[in-house]
Amino acid sequence: MHELGVVFHVIDSLKKVAADNGVDQISRVTLQLGEVSTVIPHYLSDCWKWAAAREPLVAGAELLIEPIKAISWCEDCQKQYGTIEHGRACPYCGGGNTYLLQGNEFMIKEIEVPGPEEESDG
Amino acid sequence: MDNVRVIEVKQSVFADNNAEAERIRRQLKAEKTFLVNLMSSPGAGKTTLLRRTIADLKDEMRIGVMEADIDATVDAEAIAAAGAAAIQIHTGGMCHLDAGMTEQGLNEIGAAEFDLVVLENVGNLVCPAEFDTGASKNVAILSVPEGHDKPLKYPLMFQVCQALIINKIDVLPYFDFDMEKVLSYARVRNPSIEIFPVCAKTGEGFPAWEDWLRRQTAAWNG
Repeated sequence: MHELGVVFHVIDSLKKVAADNGVDQISRVTLQLGEVSTVIPHYLSDCWKWAAAREPLVAGAELLIEPIKAISWCEDCQKQYGTIEHGRACPYCGGGNTYLLQGNEFMIKEIEVPGPEEESDG
Repeated sequence: MDNVRVIEVKQSVFADNNAEAERIRRQLKAEKTFLVNLMSSPGAGKTTLLRRTIADLKDEMRIGVMEADIDATVDAEAIAAAGAAAIQIHTGGMCHLDAGMTEQGLNEIGAAEFDLVVLENVGNLVCPAEFDTGASKNVAILSVPEGHDKPLKYPLMFQVCQALIINKIDVLPYFDFDMEKVLSYARVRNPSIEIFPVCAKTGEGFPAWEDWLRRQTAAWNG
């Protein structure tokens, strides 16, 4: 629902990463997005195209989205299950003593920048 | 494609916002200003609730209100008439406030001059829940006509709030709103949430809500 807003947050974060690494152009951005992060990949890509075109640092940069499966854990059964399929109720015991193990992530994993690999060792 | 290099970032998109929110909270604590982030759907009664709350508490504490509605001069005037300082925060059409926008508002209103500042967030049950504004406490308002299933449909909002106000209880006889269900749905999401059924129009239920606000403000500003 707020995909455009989060794209602005992504671009702000990228500006800091770029400044820290002495980068003035980014050609690809890889995000990791949990299935229950409330961000819809398709809308995110559309908003990215719109916003990135207006920011020289990321103009024309490709956006890659890596999904992360949502998995919940039942404290009573000590078992894990798919959150999308079963929600908060454990499919084994029907109880609600459960919590999310993973799946609400929204991370910038890595960026790709034009230019040769720097020799950092040696 | 060997003419590129990859830089590993591994950073949450919200990391900067969360760090900024923590900094705001530390500053508010030092300045003895209690900041409440008030969230709800449009039309749940944020402004009416605030007007009555301000009228009741204005003689015991200094209250400021920051309005985030996109076109909110009407609300700001109503708040000012009730006896509190009010400013508008410019959201730029965004669906939520983040910590940066909140800090601009705090600077503009001069937060240190107030015991209690209320941030009236954008009317929306989804996006505001995702962004830490730096508030001391989060409060949601759910009104009876919206239905008792909202804690199931918007779980995050009910998880991030410390208090839930159920407004417009005067119209309960006209709606299929199950109070027991809404209490249990909200507590499944958030067992420690404090719930205050009120009517902002008549003042019913306000003593419990205002007492909570008084205690929380005193505890924070202590």
